[in-house]
Amino acid sequence: MSARNNILNKLRSGLAGTTPRPDDFNERLVTEPWQYRPEDRIKRLRTLMEAVHTEVHQVDSQNWPEKVAEVLAERNLSNLLHAPATGHGKQLAEYWHSSGQSVDLLSYDRPIEEWKEELFWNVDASITGTRGAIAATGSLVMWPDRLEPRLMSLLPPLHIALLKASEIDDNLYAVMKRNNWSAGMPTNLLLVSGPSKTADIEQVLAFGAHGPKELIVLILEDA
Amino acid sequence: MNQRIPVTELTSSFRERATCALDDSQLRTNFRTAMDSLMQKRADAFPDEDERESLRELGNRIKARALSQLPDLLEQLEENLTANGVKVHWAETTEEANEIVHSIIEARQGTQVVKGKSMVSEEMEMNDYLADRGIECLESDMGEYIVQLDHEKPSHIIMPAIHKNRRQVSKLFHDKLGVDETDDVNELIQIGRRTLRRKFMEADVGVSGVNFAIAETGTLLLVENEGNGRMSTTAPPVHVAVTGIEKVVQNLRDVVPLLSLLTRSALGQPITTYVNMISSPRKPDELDGPEEVHLVLLDNGRSGAFADAQLRQTLNCIRCGACINHCPVYVRVGGHTYGEVYPGPIGKIITPHMVGLHKVPDHPSASSLCGACGDVCPVKIPIPEMLQRLRQENVKKPSEGSKVKDGGAKYSAKEKLVWRLWQTLNTSSLFYRLFLWGATRFRKLTPGNVGPWTENHTAPVPAKRSLHDLARDHLSGHGRSNGPTKGGQ
Repeated sequence: MSARNNILNKLRSGLAGTTPRPDDFNERLVTEPWQYRPEDRIKRLRTLMEAVHTEVHQVDSQNWPEKVAEVLAERNLSNLLHAPATGHGKQLAEYWHSSGQSVDLLSYDRPIEEWKEELFWNVDASITGTRGAIAATGSLVMWPDRLEPRLMSLLPPLHIALLKASEIDDNLYAVMKRNNWSAGMPTNLLLVSGPSKTADIEQVLAFGAHGPKELIVLILEDA
Repeated sequence: MNQRIPVTELTSSFRERATCALDDSQLRTNFRTAMDSLMQKRADAFPDEDERESLRELGNRIKARALSQLPDLLEQLEENLTANGVKVHWAETTEEANEIVHSIIEARQGTQVVKGKSMVSEEMEMNDYLADRGIECLESDMGEYIVQLDHEKPSHIIMPAIHKNRRQVSKLFHDKLGVDETDDVNELIQIGRRTLRRKFMEADVGVSGVNFAIAETGTLLLVENEGNGRMSTTAPPVHVAVTGIEKVVQNLRDVVPLLSLLTRSALGQPITTYVNMISSPRKPDELDGPEEVHLVLLDNGRSGAFADAQLRQTLNCIRCGACINHCPVYVRVGGHTYGEVYPGPIGKIITPHMVGLHKVPDHPSASSLCGACGDVCPVKIPIPEMLQRLRQENVKKPSEGSKVKDGGAKYSAKEKLVWRLWQTLNTSSLFYRLFLWGATRFRKLTPGNVGPWTENHTAPVPAKRSLHDLARDHLSGHGRSNGPTKGGQ
């Protein structure tokens, strides 16, 4: 505890006789330049995400599992990690069985310690939901939980994210306020704005540094 | 130890290293290319000057507000993190911080550590400390990995391996990893990916830095593009975050403008690929994430800078590296010339507080004071002003006492005397006239060798007639025919 007290005491003596500055946060500065008409939000999100090699598709909220099957077939992948207990997980599984898909559906149904090797090396793709998106920066909001754990969107080389068209906000500040994040943050909250990338060698952009090499966003629109 | 120090650091002083770097045309090309591109990207990311300037002002106010109540915010951060299940540690010195990290690893009987990018862990020289105790500590940021593999140190805080080109990386991978040489950057990155993925899986402990620590919610925010930060903080059973005490902000909303300023200033990106906000270890019903999360808060001289209201502004820094990218000195001499963890303008103003001016006596003066660093700083640190202040502290008589560690490192009684004489000469009309009279008449007697100046220049020789003299002529009409003499020399 002595390091703690020493540091705090030094800092306090540096502030002797002063008062904290008032909180004059001007929210207009982080909202006004970043507002869009509803019909422009998807356009902006697409443009920004595609600029960093994200594949974006606008699909029907009923038929999207078809698109999933299609992108997996294009890439010749053999399995897909999904969350069977979520609404979208159920919808996907139903389609899979009714249409007789050959790609194996895997689920993240045990602690990571029990299948680390397999998840690190042998899962081709994963599909998760999102908690909305941000038009200003082209970002998905991810809130991993028990059903869709943190590594699910990180380890497989292909990550497919489902985004409801109605859940795209203008800017980060709006998302934060609307969902009242400051009242309680989850274990891990993420903004994801494309596939993993690096420019550490000669500033040449390369994708798939450590996370997914590909990110596919399916924007679900009501039929 | 020798093996870990790059060649450029073997020479003793900033000046010698700078001379070395200036002669290395490959190095200069690598830096010039990279810095030109980073400057352009930043400019493109802020197309609207008004928006940029009001955001910088907001960024400055947020940091100033946080610093104006820093001890309270640190306590609030600790309280909220603790409530969330994160263990908070405090370290005054890098030695203490290393001991804390080591004890956490030992408690798990860990032998392998994988590290996301963290400049504070560079301050601590954590890799060496742990290696000496039989623990492998591997860098996982691609640039940091390359640098570590070559037993070097980062030459830029955002782009650690920017001094190397692809052929140098290819050769390094070939020599160290036994893979075939390739000119394809994608393939080089994939080699790194495969090698490091195994390490992420096997690691007992993951170490990361922190970009912003949010007091209100007890949240650690990290930005990155590669995913190695997410890996290091999610895959191993223990996560240790290390950060400086100045990284705390008051509210969650405060990070909205700071995040935008950070990624746009650093890389010209509207946002990084990942913004990773961590508030707790794995909860009982969750299936992954570390079982333990620790935060080590490091002082290492920061409270020294904090003690002085002017120098305190140094702690506004959000480590974007924009000042480095825009520095005409840095681009020519490169990061290793500075010989310390933080290069460039920010390095010049923060390092003296960490290691003392005795160790970096040339830092405050290795600048032309062009002002570019201050102009681009996203949180408006008046860097040139800080440099001038440090120059003053650097030459203070040690007995006068200085606010900066090892102030007076460059104090010289002889220099002080010379300046005192110069001052007297210029403030007394009698001495001044006598000097002019003598200098113009005995000008041939001035020495031809005046130290370093004459290595690259001819020695200055006073003119035959002084400006005062010529002006008098001019005013009385005599001088007109001669003109303002060019041939006076």
